[in-house]
Order: sequence, then structure tokens, then C-alpha cells
Amino acid sequence: MPTIDLAQDGLRALNKTLQKAARDVAATQSNETDWTIENPKGSHAIAVGLDGPIEVTVAGSTGYYCAGMNKEASINVHGSAGPGVAENMMSGTVVIEGDASQYAGATGRGGLLVVKGNAASRCGISMKGIDIVVHGNIGHMSAFMAQSGTLVVCGDAGDALGDSLYEARLFVRGSVKSLGADCIKKEMRPEHIELLTDLLERAGSDAKPEEFTRYGSARQLYTFNIDNASSY
Amino acid sequence: MCGIVGLFLKDDSLSPQLGGMLSEMLVTMTDRGPDSAGIALYGASEGSSFKVTVQSDDPATGFNGLAAHLSAATGSPCRIEEKSTHAVISTDGDNAEKLVAHLRDAHSALRIMSTGDSMEIYKEVGLPKDVAARFNINQMSGTHGIGHTRMATESAVTTMGAHPFSTGADQCLVHNGSLSNHNSLRRRLRRNGVHIETENDTEVAAAYLTHRMNQGRNLGEALEDSLDDLDGFFTFVVGTKNGFGVLRDPIACKPAVMAETDQYVAFGSEYRALVSLPGIDTARVWEPEPANVYFWER
Repeated sequence: MPTIDLAQDGLRALNKTLQKAARDVAATQSNETDWTIENPKGSHAIAVGLDGPIEVTVAGSTGYYCAGMNKEASINVHGSAGPGVAENMMSGTVVIEGDASQYAGATGRGGLLVVKGNAASRCGISMKGIDIVVHGNIGHMSAFMAQSGTLVVCGDAGDALGDSLYEARLFVRGSVKSLGADCIKKEMRPEHIELLTDLLERAGSDAKPEEFTRYGSARQLYTFNIDNASSY
Repeated sequence: MCGIVGLFLKDDSLSPQLGGMLSEMLVTMTDRGPDSAGIALYGASEGSSFKVTVQSDDPATGFNGLAAHLSAATGSPCRIEEKSTHAVISTDGDNAEKLVAHLRDAHSALRIMSTGDSMEIYKEVGLPKDVAARFNINQMSGTHGIGHTRMATESAVTTMGAHPFSTGADQCLVHNGSLSNHNSLRRRLRRNGVHIETENDTEVAAAYLTHRMNQGRNLGEALEDSLDDLDGFFTFVVGTKNGFGVLRDPIACKPAVMAETDQYVAFGSEYRALVSLPGIDTARVWEPEPANVYFWER
């Protein structure tokens, strides 16, 4: 299992090596699938742009934009992640063992992001198909303009959850400080329990699907209407 | 952008390393703002001594014979310790007002960086590593300190536009963000007799807190008040003689990470500023909540 020491090799070499490894494994030209990164020390842009089924373990906390644009790879951060973790993820899995800073999973199009601690503000902002499971709480303005995908919060949500929401599905187990414009509480149907059961299991959470409340779009603000001016 | 670091020691055995630890933290934040850098350090106060840190663009002339001149002009002995473009003038506490007034009236070429019993401020245009080296910051000891590296937005890149800003004895503030109502607030504060030196937005925030504290509020309460009166983006780290405070605006776009152990409380714009601190791997590390005042006192 290869190990890359970021303190020795530097960021560009690290990402170049991992990107090549991911491509090679995807093209079945290599079976070197397990990689470990040592001494991340809050560095920016660790393990970004991977395009292939490799598994990366980051031994420590990361700075801005870890695991950005991820495709197929599994990235596990054994620490906390800075702003913009798993931004614009396409597929694959990113697991943060600690907390995630603001805009975790922003604009994500697919894959699964798991935050085992808390996520700060703007979690899942403008998400477009990603699934996000946060074991703890999330901050304000989360799922702002979220278009599709699922955000599951096992703890509490901050102010203005789901403001200007499109078709993303939001599930919160604890309290919601306030709902954003056009976000409303919705009924839990059997298909939602089924969806939650699968996501919670994949995210390693033992929370019960029945304990969650579903929130979604009231679909009143989709197109501009002058009568809604005060709500925008 | 801008980068902020702060360190508030609980364990006095770390005091001799305060300047070294803060310098290292600040240098790590260089790429968040390379325009200017500054550090405020709170050392042990010596008896009834009062300190004024001044800056001169021409230290060879500006500081020449200054101690003797100030002693004669104020009628009390003044000592001076030169450090590059800065000099720390020490005098008896009873002579404080006279000294500051005389410096303002008769030495307008000297810029007053800070006044107080324990705080000294060193700031200049340039990179954190150069500013720290110029003033030998890593040799300095103390109880707490705050550092800032600036990417200028609201006013020019000058020594006086660098952070930390000090608007009251032993008080300082650093800021990441920009305030949008600083002009009107500056006018309001000036009408109330508050002295504000520059056109910089951050100085207004510092002056606002000083004004509130002069009205009897403590640092924590003054920070609470600022949530109502300041409009804009901010992460503030503030210092007083015995206190250390942190506040983020309710939107909280500007990053902030804190760490606490039995030995210290530390602040960094990013986690990487904290990675060299002793015991960081087992420290409690968290992101300060928006619109929540964090405040420690020794």
C-alpha cells in the first residue's frame, strides 16, 4: 500500500501521482488501489480531480477544497476538513471522520459525502445530485438553491435551511432553527423511509429513518413572479 | 482574504516562546495576504511603567536624541528601545498622558502604533517573514498576542493601514473582511470625541469597541453591541490587557478555526496556521459559530 508524505513530496506531485493511479486502475493497467497520505497538516486541494476507483486515506486534517471534483474514488479523511470539501463531486465516496467547514459538498452532482462530525454553514449549497449524510449538526443556509440529491442531517440544522430550494430532498432528525424561503415540511412516505434506510446504512449511522422529518420545496418561487418579490 | 492568528496562553511556561509561536503561525498565513503584516504582543507589565510604540519612516533621524528630548519636555525620565522602524518609549505611568499629548503635538512625523502598560504593536508593509525578522518577534515573550497579514481592500497599503489597530490603551483588533458602514460610523464616533487616525474600515471597528468599553461595557459586551452596529463581513480577533476575544459576523463567510488545550487558546484563519502548536493533535479544535462572542480572560 503506497504512502505519500505531503511534507516531503509536495502537493503537485501528490495530486499527479494519485490522478495517474486512479486513471491506471480505471483502465485496468494497475491494481495499486489503496493509497495513504501523511502529513496533510491542513493543506489545500488534497486528492482533487481523481477519476478512477482508488481508495485514499488522508491521515490528518485538510484545508480548503479536499477531494474536489471526485469521480469514482473513495477518500477518507481521518481528521477534519476545511471549506469546500468534495466540491462538485461527480461520483464515489468521501468520508470525513471529524468536522467539515463551510460549503461541504457544494454543487455536487453525484456520489456520497459523509461527515461524521458537524458541518458548518452552506452545507450542500447548490447541490445537483450528490447525497450528503451528516452525523452531527449543520450550519446556516445549508442546501441553498439545492437542485437534486439528498441531504440527511442526524443532528440539528441552522437558520434558513433549504432557501430557494428546487428538487433536493432534505431530512433532519433534530431541530431546524428556521426554514428558508420556499422550503416546507413534507410528509414522510414509504419511499422516503426506504431511501433513508439505504443512505444511513451506507453512511454508518444507526439513526432510525422514522425519527427524521422531510423538507422540500413548496415550488412557489421557481419562476419570477412580481407578487413574490418580498420572498426572494 | 487576509490571514489572522492569535494565541492566548494559559500556561506561563510557554511565555518565552510566544513571539516564536505567533511568528510561525503568521508566516504560514502569508498567501492569504502579502501586502503588510503586524503583530501585537502583550508582555508582562513592569511596575508602574507605561509604553508607547512609535514608528518612523526615518528612524536614524526620528529616534536620534528622542529619549532626552521627551524626558526634558515631559519632566519625567523616558527610555527608548529602538527596533528597526519602531521604538518603544517607556515612562512612568503618571507621565502617560503628557507623553502621548507631546508626541502628537511636537512629533507629528512619528506615528503612534500603540500605548499601554503591556502591549506593543509592530507592523509594516511587507511579508510576514520579513516583518517578523525585522522586529525580532520570535525573541519576544508575553502572555498573549495577535498577528495579521493583509490583503488590502478598503484603504491603501501603508504602515498605518496595516493591522493590528489600536485605539485605546492595551487594546487591539485585527479583521478579516470589510465593513460597509464605516464612513457613517466614523463620523458618529468622531462627533463623540473619539480619535480615529485613518480612513480604514478596521480602525473604525477598533474605535467602536474602545468607545463602548469607555462607556463601561467589558470586551465581551462591546463585541455583542458590534453585531447591531457594524454592517459588513468580519472575523475579529481582539486583545485587551487581560483578555482575548473572537467574533464572526452572522453570515460568517470569513474562515476561522480555534483550538484549546490546558496550555493555550489559539485562533487561525485556517487550520494549517495551528499545526505546529504543542499538543495540537489532541487539542479541542472547532469552528467558531457565527454571531457568537468568544472571550477569555486571565
